[in-house]
Amino acid sequence: MTREVWITGQGLLSPLGQDLETTWAGLHDPAAIAAAADTGFMPPFTIFPASLPPLDKFVPKRGDQRAMGPLMLSGCVAAAMAMEQAGLLGAAPEVLKQVNLMVGVGGGERDEKVDETILAALNGIDDGNMLAEQLQTELRPTLFLAQLPNLFAGNISIVLGVSGSSRTFMGEEAAGVDAVRVAFERIQGSQADLFLVGSAFNASRQDIPLLYQAGGYLLEDPARPFWQRPKAGMCLGSAGAFLVIESRESAEARGAKPLARLSAVLNDRCRRDAGQASANAAREWAQVAPKPGCAVLSAATGVGPVTAEEHEFLLARVTGPEQAQVRPTAPALGHSVECAFLTNLVLATKAVQEGKLFPALTADPVEAAPARDFDQVVVTTWGHRRGEGLALVERI
Amino acid sequence: MASRAVAVTGIGIVTSLGQGAEANWQKLIAGESGIHRITRFPTDKLRTTIGGSVDFLLEQPFSATQLSFALARTAAAEAVAQAKLGAAGDFPGELFLASPPVEHEWPQRVRLDRQAPGQPHTYAGMMSAAAQAGEDLYVDFLNGTIADKLADEFGTKGSPITLTTACASGATAIQLGVEAIRRGQTKAALAIGTDGSIHMEALIRFTLLSALSTNNEDPTKAARPFGKGRDGFVMAEGAGALVLEDAEAARARGATILGYIRGVGEAADTFHRTRSNPNGEAIIRAINNALGDAGITPDDVDYINAHGTSTPENDKMEAFGIQAVFGDKAGQVPVSSNKSMIGHALTAAGAVEAVISILTLQHQVLPPTINHDGPQDIPLDFVPNEARPADVDLILSNSFGFGGQNVCLVIGRNPD
Repeated sequence: MTREVWITGQGLLSPLGQDLETTWAGLHDPAAIAAAADTGFMPPFTIFPASLPPLDKFVPKRGDQRAMGPLMLSGCVAAAMAMEQAGLLGAAPEVLKQVNLMVGVGGGERDEKVDETILAALNGIDDGNMLAEQLQTELRPTLFLAQLPNLFAGNISIVLGVSGSSRTFMGEEAAGVDAVRVAFERIQGSQADLFLVGSAFNASRQDIPLLYQAGGYLLEDPARPFWQRPKAGMCLGSAGAFLVIESRESAEARGAKPLARLSAVLNDRCRRDAGQASANAAREWAQVAPKPGCAVLSAATGVGPVTAEEHEFLLARVTGPEQAQVRPTAPALGHSVECAFLTNLVLATKAVQEGKLFPALTADPVEAAPARDFDQVVVTTWGHRRGEGLALVERI
Repeated sequence: MASRAVAVTGIGIVTSLGQGAEANWQKLIAGESGIHRITRFPTDKLRTTIGGSVDFLLEQPFSATQLSFALARTAAAEAVAQAKLGAAGDFPGELFLASPPVEHEWPQRVRLDRQAPGQPHTYAGMMSAAAQAGEDLYVDFLNGTIADKLADEFGTKGSPITLTTACASGATAIQLGVEAIRRGQTKAALAIGTDGSIHMEALIRFTLLSALSTNNEDPTKAARPFGKGRDGFVMAEGAGALVLEDAEAARARGATILGYIRGVGEAADTFHRTRSNPNGEAIIRAINNALGDAGITPDDVDYINAHGTSTPENDKMEAFGIQAVFGDKAGQVPVSSNKSMIGHALTAAGAVEAVISILTLQHQVLPPTINHDGPQDIPLDFVPNEARPADVDLILSNSFGFGGQNVCLVIGRNPD
């Protein structure tokens, strides 16, 4: 006996806008998409930065604003938007004690200026005593708190009063999938009723692109067709994405309006030998068994060859009996790593309500299926290195 | 209420006291301290020069990722071998790993900076050098890498979970495993907490929060949980691993059951980034949630394995929470802190302490709180300085994190 899981709140910040509606409109506007890409931040690489809306509505206290950097603020704002839609923003403490917080994020914030100052002082020498002096002069306690990933959730608890529980998952793309998956499984299994789940990613900080560039993943030539890029095929993009998900019983008791049903969340991993990721995705697809004509929002990263493998998998579902309508989101939003799956879940919730997708973002046949009305959206996430996740969002 | 009983069939542990359950237990009941002077990096300029680092697993140099992996792998191998579950490299269950967040450390930044063409001491310069720097500068600094390598080595099933709830992380890993088994989603889980992140920046960050003991003179005396002279925690490293199983399945395969995870409870504090609400609300709620989940009352608890970090704030609030929940009987329940001997292993602490709780049940001996001398200001029974034989059936184990994440476990000798 499993319980029905409803989505009752959604919040999104993206390179295309400071909320879901603006982002959705932007996905229909090639000029907006072109304007979202920034080639000046870290040339020759392209990133998709996002800007924060005025904070005073959702993070009114100056002290709270100062305690967070852009990553944590994006999460806090997106979480507040989702809670507002679900009727939980500013709810009584007794209600907020029932809200369980589940997030998937990377590391906390780092101050790159401080790092550069210390590097200049060290001047290429591993001098422990010099490093000790520098760190003790340059680091600030508030900076350290912003550096703890669990403070991403901790700040949401403090600012928005969510106090049921607080769990932080890490580990790149899979962390976002697992945060939603575990919440979903706990609702289905009657272990809990009400969750705030989400993530955020900040592409506009140099330590994170540095990490992915050390792996050789960042795209230098934006003209390369999205689905056929080499390993260096990824453009990072900022995002903040949150959902409120709850048991149908909980939503009905609260009088919350369902936006969509979350019917499945699956995740697995493999070593990425040839065909393994496709096998995982095929098994997940078969388990979910979407209806012919369903829509698919892919969080493909652009990183080859796995993006090409995902392309092959998806194209077979476009041309086969599934007659799927596919859109990747990274060409318009960049890749937001831990937040990519959550971003696409928010967009899937919107799409299933609209019954239609935004226009194709690439000229590839995988996006060429004729538009038709649908009531199911499949969200797929193949991590740039690990993790194959899939979710099903359905119209109620 | 628990839908399925969850058994513990294997444990593994590494701490500053040593490697393995037996070695750790002997030192714990002898009241030995694993805290020593830090030699991993120069400490001449630092306010805190002591820690519970684990220096016997890897040759220097290593990153926090490499040591955290080595610790986790060592503890997990011990636990899996004891459980005798599944074939080698084919563990029939999911992995839940509490591990510290990782990022490039100073040796990596300096290495990249040295190779930066044209733009020294800048991220732009390091970016230019990064592509030629070597794959280790990437793989070792992904948060998912430790769990990924453990999944490969032990053959766990499904998506390996990496999590952090700060100092409650190890307990959260166990909680996630318990929940998955109770749902019937998996028959077994490998829950691990690991932390090998004593490096200079981490130590300085905690120093800047005034969280660490500066009682450097005699390292073995620095961690003084619940004692009047306590002045902060002692950073430590270690790992604890538990094989959790559906108790029915464990009995059916004839496994030796070491104990049961009877209850799990959590609560988040919304008060402050480093301090608990002075009313103790979230701590009390986490304890009550765990007791309620186990279907027991405070009267049933025989011993409390405290979070007991040795910071003025934590220990005051934890004692306050215990007094609030246990009322008039608080003084009769023995409470001790393993951290007095092994230091605070941060992300690993909850799992390390769960392993020690299982050992406490097996041996029917309470490990002491050492360095508990002089005048006291908290009227609880802290099992001062010497281990004590006792009848122990049910243990409450507390874990409270910076950022307001509180998790409590009820660990029992019997299934109900």
